[in-house]
Amino acid sequence: MASVPFEYGLLLAGVLFALGMIGVIVRRNLLFILLCVEVMLNAAGLAFVVAGSRWGQPDGQVMFIFLLSMAAAEVAVGLALLLLHFGRKRTLDADQMKEGNAASAPGSAGREGA
Amino acid sequence: MNAAFALSGIVAVAATVMMITRRSAVHALLYFVVSLLASAVIMFVLGAAFVAALEVIVYAGAIMVLFVFVIMLIGPESTPIPGRAWIGPSILGLVLLAELGWAIAQGALQGQPATEVGPKQVGMSLFGPYILGAEIAAFLLLAGLVGAFHLGRRRK
Repeated sequence: MASVPFEYGLLLAGVLFALGMIGVIVRRNLLFILLCVEVMLNAAGLAFVVAGSRWGQPDGQVMFIFLLSMAAAEVAVGLALLLLHFGRKRTLDADQMKEGNAASAPGSAGREGA
Repeated sequence: MNAAFALSGIVAVAATVMMITRRSAVHALLYFVVSLLASAVIMFVLGAAFVAALEVIVYAGAIMVLFVFVIMLIGPESTPIPGRAWIGPSILGLVLLAELGWAIAQGALQGQPATEVGPKQVGMSLFGPYILGAEIAAFLLLAGLVGAFHLGRRRK
């Protein structure tokens, strides 16, 4: 069984990562930014799996499992932040986040709430 | 297996491009699920069957469901789905399905690639030399749980 050349796998992971990065830069919707971050994480995991398969070691898959748990935690917190932001501002536009939001940043939001 | 790799690579890239260019978040989610399935096929081709299953179950299953929940919660801002939104992801998904059928017809699922790394090896490595990493991942998941609960708590 002819196996896949190592470079092609890395190239595919790189292309996917670049696409995710372009998405993060171009899109201004917070939900899309989170989705594109997921694309980048998935591409990094794919690169780990490709490298692990290249040398026949399980380390790449172990790293992918770590990456998976990190992506799950990141998505949970990120989506909770997104819902909180949407509840306050009624918008998901990242460009509208810059105006006068310093006082109610999530770090200091513990005391006043609303 | 090179053809399977190339085909799913093309599907993954095409689905990702379609994903970052959609207007509606639901369409983007559909394309992203297809892209994740294509990535899982690639991992399977590379001999990492366990991780391919995890990709489908955790990524395309659990994490995407979180996104779907959020889209349902913030609903009105996203545009309503026009009737033919499912055609593009369905075509890409059918390519993957045809690939699966081709692999089964050829008996290619029997012969694994030379560098297959099975779940047993992964488990022995994860809970052997990487046990500290597993514990840190557990801490991270706990922190994520607490953080999401804190942020999602209903305030007075």
